[in-house]
Amino acid sequence: MAVSQQNVEAAPFEHLLRQHLGHDLLRFTTAGSVDDGKSTLIGRLLYDSKAVYEDQMQAVRSGRLNRSTGPLDFSLLTDGLRAEREQGITIDVAYRYFSTARRKFIIADTPGHEQYTRNMATGASTADAAVVLVDARKGLLPQSRRHAYIASLLGIPHIVAAINKMDLVDYSEQIFHGLQNDLQTLAKQIRPEAALSIQCIPISALEGDNVVTHSQRMPWYSGPTLVEYLEQVPVTRLKDSAAFRFPVQYVIRPGDEFRGFAGQIASGSVRPGDAVMVLPSRQTTRVQSIVTFDGELPVAAEGASITLTLEDEIDLSRGDVLVDPERPPQVSRRFAANVVWMHEVPLELHKQWLLKHTTRQVRAEAHRIRSRVDVITMQHSSATALGLNDIGVVEFESTSPLFFDLYAENRIAGSFILIDPLTNATVGAGMITRNLAQKKAVATSQLPSALTAEEMTSLPRLVTAAERFQKQGHAPAAIWLGTQASLAQRLERILFDSGHNALWVEDKDRDLLSTRDCVRTLYVAGIVALYTAAHHAEHEPSHLPAIIHATLQSAHVLDARHVLDAAPSQPDASDDDAWLQSPAVRSILNWIEGLRISSPERYS
Amino acid sequence: MTQLLEVAPEIPIPVLTAGIGAPADSSHLASLEAESIHILREAVADFARPVMLYSIGKDSSVLLRLAQKAFHPGKIPFPLLHVDTSYKFPEMVAFRDNYTREIGAELIVHGNRQALQDGASPFKLGTQKCCGLLKTRALLDALESGGFDAAFGGARRDEEKSRAKERIYSFRDSAGQWDPRNQRPELWNHYNGRLAKGEHIRIFPLSNWTELDIWLYIYKENIPIVPLYFAKEREVVVRGGSMLLTQGPIPLLPKEVPQRRVVRMRSLGCVPCTGAIESTADTLPKIIQEMFTFQRSERENRAIDHDEEGSMELKKREGYF
Ligand SMILES: Nc1nc2c(ncn2[C@@H]2O[C@H](COP(=O)(O)OP(=O)(O)O)[C@@H](O)[C@H]2O)c(=O)[nH]1
Ligand SMILES: [Mg+2]
Repeated sequence: MAVSQQNVEAAPFEHLLRQHLGHDLLRFTTAGSVDDGKSTLIGRLLYDSKAVYEDQMQAVRSGRLNRSTGPLDFSLLTDGLRAEREQGITIDVAYRYFSTARRKFIIADTPGHEQYTRNMATGASTADAAVVLVDARKGLLPQSRRHAYIASLLGIPHIVAAINKMDLVDYSEQIFHGLQNDLQTLAKQIRPEAALSIQCIPISALEGDNVVTHSQRMPWYSGPTLVEYLEQVPVTRLKDSAAFRFPVQYVIRPGDEFRGFAGQIASGSVRPGDAVMVLPSRQTTRVQSIVTFDGELPVAAEGASITLTLEDEIDLSRGDVLVDPERPPQVSRRFAANVVWMHEVPLELHKQWLLKHTTRQVRAEAHRIRSRVDVITMQHSSATALGLNDIGVVEFESTSPLFFDLYAENRIAGSFILIDPLTNATVGAGMITRNLAQKKAVATSQLPSALTAEEMTSLPRLVTAAERFQKQGHAPAAIWLGTQASLAQRLERILFDSGHNALWVEDKDRDLLSTRDCVRTLYVAGIVALYTAAHHAEHEPSHLPAIIHATLQSAHVLDARHVLDAAPSQPDASDDDAWLQSPAVRSILNWIEGLRISSPERYS
Repeated sequence: MTQLLEVAPEIPIPVLTAGIGAPADSSHLASLEAESIHILREAVADFARPVMLYSIGKDSSVLLRLAQKAFHPGKIPFPLLHVDTSYKFPEMVAFRDNYTREIGAELIVHGNRQALQDGASPFKLGTQKCCGLLKTRALLDALESGGFDAAFGGARRDEEKSRAKERIYSFRDSAGQWDPRNQRPELWNHYNGRLAKGEHIRIFPLSNWTELDIWLYIYKENIPIVPLYFAKEREVVVRGGSMLLTQGPIPLLPKEVPQRRVVRMRSLGCVPCTGAIESTADTLPKIIQEMFTFQRSERENRAIDHDEEGSMELKKREGYF
């Protein structure tokens, strides 16, 4: 068992202290339908990691409301409010804490009732991982679909399905595998372009099987226990090389000599001497120093609460943002967002809300509801309002501009809340998906699919996509080769030699959007773009092909990873011919052959 | 970073800066500290007149240090409020006066003078009623007379079941009451501090800290705390299963004989209602080491939490911190 309080006597204290000082922090959320065993699971996690004291257990044992007849009712440890204990249900988000030898955890325990979508979204907003409980006897319920969907909508990168109550289905491997398949299908429905990965773990929350320790009763399961899984999940952080965003919270001015701008870095990193641009004024200057109570810092990165002084006297106040001048955020008054509505007062068009985005507050109104999502069928339908717990895609216009990134790139700089100015209630949460006033600097030529046949022929002075393709003899394509950089380089050579205009692009540092823009530019220029991502220990960049697919909206996009996975072995570099003959490579080359243009009509 | 390895000259190459390579401090204490500082700064920007409730205990000590950090090199831009029940340990009061003077913080001490004149005490009224008058009532009066619209508190969600549901910005109606069913959702790090007249907000920057985190941080940051936390031979009486220090206002009952024992306080409250624990932990590492062996929660030594199942929730609904 990987829990810290074990072997306390044996561990030298200095070691223990260092270990705890060095722990990192993982936030996860739990979701499940009523009675799937969520409270029991959390009680079990707390109990097994010794986050529960004997007097608290005593209170549970002797409590008037211990409903369970067999083993202890762990849910009484967590269901904190009177109403909950009396009704035996969980009615609000509760936060729980425990730590193991590896890291500290914060659980956002959210209720499963339909009317509490908003609580689930709340818990998910800060989570690095989501645990979705599924009752092995009942299988996937509509609620489970909702939970997985909301977790994915809120951008939680890691979802684990805990198949609970395995003790009640005789620890059946067959039942587990059936549910595993159902969850794979669900993952595809939620994100068709690049299926979401959902890890499945068979557990019994009540008995403790596969929660902390491996179950003796499910020898057929060789994966991680729930706690092992959670100990390994990477904590979500953008790369230090992500674009710098520093919303100014507060100006510190103790006297005339010092003027510092206090805030928490939303993304990227900063060093003294770095150039920064101020939005909205667009003035640029350099960072003079990074001031903290503990002395000046040589560098600070995402998540750090710091104070910056600047080289020039620039007028700056709360709500302004300091950014990387090379990679500024979007600046716009018009944007589209996924919205979770959280209040009985509905979201209606042309009604003014206060919108809070980073440290900036503006007024905004919804101009159009593009669709409402049925979180159970995942179908979009049209709507003119969003009610409590509805989720929809909404277009907003604000009275002054926001400086934002898309939520998919940056959870802090891409999210906002809406407040009703009359009641002051928090009524909605938004995740920005699009800048509606977008002007792209890259690839001014239109995508071929966006051109009508008439445009292609009636504007003879403009360079058309068809002309471009005809000149080089093939249509463009974007081919995803996963982390296979060497294969990409060799393919590039082969294609080049056979008269294709091909180019390999590598995403070195998960800068998905820059890579997307590069690939798009190459595509518009008619090039066969072979793109890969540098290998990262933590996770596959599975979003990248999805993002590119969504941008290009073309059939000439190939995800060749699976083809490569099927290849018998790594090609031997000294034996090109044998490799060229391998079915995996042949199938890619055949597909590329199909891009050749015999006559331009095919593309007009 | 995106890299184009071979590029035709007419295609613009995006100019991207390189990664910095230096990993940020990703320890949980660094994340908690940064989150708390963010909350303190948000609140100071959001509210016209915030105040920090200063209870002199270990959590208050950490909160105070975080406030110093949040506004450095400026001074803490709000006063500290100590609700003095007159039953506090003399060592706490001495520490309070010295330490706040040393760091240059503005201190307000407020007590329910009327109730004290009427002789309010836990012996006469019982702990519930006494707390109601000397803590809850006194606090609400102090907030009102000071015109404070926001009050920082050092409460942690791991302390007690009903606290686990507390928001970071915890909304109180004009009577100071908490409605657990009608809390504002809190997403990401966006807080809604909008108030109507008479309403106020309690803000809990230490929400996500645990008792162990507090001690680790005190150790790492070398934060001064009241000496009562360190074990020492002290005079105690054993009463109703707990050990009470005989310092300050605590009359002995018939047949009670004070004894000398090596004890320390795990949490600090009023003398008659906070028990000591038997311990030889007289340094921070020893206290932390002892934490790992505890079988019982820190509030167990507080009489107030055990009057009735769910008593903390009831008190909070009424306006207790
Ligand atoms: N047999 C069995 N019962 C369980 C298990 N997990 C939870 N339960 C029971 O299922 C009921 C509902 O559990 P609870 O944790 O309150 O569910 P919640 O509504 O999701 O929080 C309780 O009676 C639990 O004792 C399990 O793994 N096996
Ligand atoms: Mg429950």
